[in-house]
Amino acid sequence: MSESREILRVEGLRKGFPGVVALDGVDFALRSGEVHVLLGENGAGKSTLIKMLSGAYHPDEGRILVDGEPVEIRTAGDAQRLGISTIYQEFNLVPELTVGENLCLGRPPRRFGLVDTKRMHAQARELLDRVGVDVDPRTPVGRLGIARMQMVEIAKALALNARVLIMDEPTAVLTTTEVERLFQIVRQLREQGVAIVFITHHLEEIAQIGDRVTVLRDGRSVAEVPATTSEEELVRLMVGRPIDQQYPREAGEPGAPLLSVRGLTRAGAFADVSFDVRAGEVVGLAGLVGAGRTEVARAIFGADSYDSGEVLVNGRALPRGDVQAALAARLGLVPEDRKGQGLVLGAGIGENLGLVTLGRASRGGFVDRAGQRAAAARVAEQLGVRMSGLDQEVRTLSGGNQQKVVIGKWLLADVGVLILDEPTRGIDVGAKVEIYQLINSLTASGHAVLMISSDLPEILGMSDRVLVMARGRLVGELDAGEATQDSVMALAVTEVEDARVH
Amino acid sequence: MLVSTNVLSKRPSAWLAENGSLAGLVVLVVALALLSGDFLTVTNLLNVGVQAAVTAILAFGVTFVIITGGIDLSVGAVAALSAIVLAWSATEAGLPWPLAALLALAVGLLCGLVNAALVAYGKLPPFIATLAMLGVARGLALVLSEGSPIPMPETVAHLGDTIAEYLPVPVLVMVFMGVITAVVLNRTYPGRAMYAIGGNEEAARLSGIKVNRQKLVTYALSGAFAAVGGVVLASRLASAQPQAASGYELDAIAAVVIGGASLSGGKGRAFGTFVGALILAVLRNGLNLLSVSAFWQQVVIGVVIALAVLLDTLRRKASN
Repeated sequence: MSESREILRVEGLRKGFPGVVALDGVDFALRSGEVHVLLGENGAGKSTLIKMLSGAYHPDEGRILVDGEPVEIRTAGDAQRLGISTIYQEFNLVPELTVGENLCLGRPPRRFGLVDTKRMHAQARELLDRVGVDVDPRTPVGRLGIARMQMVEIAKALALNARVLIMDEPTAVLTTTEVERLFQIVRQLREQGVAIVFITHHLEEIAQIGDRVTVLRDGRSVAEVPATTSEEELVRLMVGRPIDQQYPREAGEPGAPLLSVRGLTRAGAFADVSFDVRAGEVVGLAGLVGAGRTEVARAIFGADSYDSGEVLVNGRALPRGDVQAALAARLGLVPEDRKGQGLVLGAGIGENLGLVTLGRASRGGFVDRAGQRAAAARVAEQLGVRMSGLDQEVRTLSGGNQQKVVIGKWLLADVGVLILDEPTRGIDVGAKVEIYQLINSLTASGHAVLMISSDLPEILGMSDRVLVMARGRLVGELDAGEATQDSVMALAVTEVEDARVH
Repeated sequence: MLVSTNVLSKRPSAWLAENGSLAGLVVLVVALALLSGDFLTVTNLLNVGVQAAVTAILAFGVTFVIITGGIDLSVGAVAALSAIVLAWSATEAGLPWPLAALLALAVGLLCGLVNAALVAYGKLPPFIATLAMLGVARGLALVLSEGSPIPMPETVAHLGDTIAEYLPVPVLVMVFMGVITAVVLNRTYPGRAMYAIGGNEEAARLSGIKVNRQKLVTYALSGAFAAVGGVVLASRLASAQPQAASGYELDAIAAVVIGGASLSGGKGRAFGTFVGALILAVLRNGLNLLSVSAFWQQVVIGVVIALAVLLDTLRRKASN
């Protein structure tokens, strides 16, 4: 490891927006060749901090020092010149362009004024090698999976000679094996002396990858501790109070099957999927990303069609690809892509909460808006959505509160069966527990929940039964008692290995 | 989303931020009143109202479409076609005028439905679908009229009159259509669905909103509003002309956008559109009073459209 020295220091950073103080005194120091974890609940100020380091926001007070010199980072270009690169959750890649073109976006090698494709690809290959990813530079980025896109993003940061690499929740979208791969790359970069700011909500990752941890709470840096600090202690620092139970599942006696899926098949996506979800039960659907879980969920809900099989709610078959019929049968779906499919971001909280019940609340075409608002207010209160009012744009809420709104619109519609697709992705610990408690109260009142999650501890902690999918097939069913990380992963992975043999 | 709740709960600066176009209109009126002694007279203001009416009526219809994230380029042509159908069926085909009027409205609706079918089921981009309709409707208007104006039936032409000297009927129709627009947008299922579809079509679909059916309603409303606008215009001129309302679709879109709607959908209000249409009319009228040449007027109006949207964008950025 190269000699470790301080590259970046942040002192007493403050930033206010109209009505809120986002940062209220943050100190943070980063050394070369370290992985520094930034930990905090959503809304604690992590995003604001990294946006200041990348030139998107400008601090009201405080200073940023690079190599001991105070600097002004006013634009993304400033950050680039200082060697600071940020990899956001939403990638900055142009899907239609090739990997090579993306890597030298805006400054392609030129020959006689034209783009020198040969040299561009050679440079790209070199960068990709440094990250250790095997991708043809001529592949359009849009054809890569999420994990590989992320590698391309990292390569792009290296192309800009990044000394400081900020990664905003890079593992949120990756499967276990992909996370392993990412960690290898991160360790390799650390060896090369790159300073890495790593944001994650997965506490177990901190000891694996981190060196130091800075904890933010309510816009302040509250502690800087070694990465070996226990998870309980980290949670206490982050939340400001101890959380007794991360997975507060209270299982009851399951009743009659509410949702039955029989032989559901769609060519190329999933085949012969059959299972039941009973009243009062949480069924977890585990598997690797791409195993077909989301596709099955969408097919059940009618968002997409399927080739054969049957979906029954309360014993009654639903027509294919018909969202209205699913709604009438009191089926609800909280989609994986919260912002893209769950919310109207530019509309208010009340408007979003009332989306599903809009039709029901209409008489002769006229909407009972007072009734809708009262119902929305009641649900927002019940869910503890932290907001300034029902008119606040959903866009401005934290991830956890946004998810509460998505779930809330189904509560308002009083669904019987709720399908949750990655319900806590990118949500902080405190809000996660609130969502788990919500799941508990749903099943306690006789609702059935089907929960898809790539977060294994969550699946194990919250499910009464675990179904495992691989390659579009249901490959196993485990009771809560027999499901362990190992048994679930063994099921999820073996089939995929088989597939590679074919 | 209603103005009334906002006025009570927000500071004046916030209110102004949401009604920037109204502030612009006020500034414009004050400036013109100072610059020209003829501007602030009852006759002139009524004149401005009449000039604004047709654009506003078309723009109200386009507001629905723009809120869903679409665009309607066909309203000018559909307006002309509807007026021609009314005049032709009443005079040439001898239909009683109420039937002819209903027929004109039906033609507008039908054009809108065809637009919607192309967009919702044919998956054509709204720009293309309605551009095609622009050509078809204008062409049919020319075919039906054989290229010449047709006199309007007298009963209908009263729509262009002024009652008791101070109440131009086109202005009344404009206000009436504006109220309908506001009620549809704020109070009805299709209206609320339009905002949801424009804000996030997939989220709307997964929340059980029948997106395609609502698009039919949206474009049909736009077509019907265009028909009303066309008939009012023809009544003012006392004859339906196949080339009438040429380019009005652009004025309508400009009015909607000046009124604060977003072309990417999910945002827009009837009152904003109303103010947008008034700004265009006041500007034209004022430039005429100040004897600015018609050629320069086009330049000024182009600049104003760009400025209005630019200011709006900056304002939103600042308030975020």
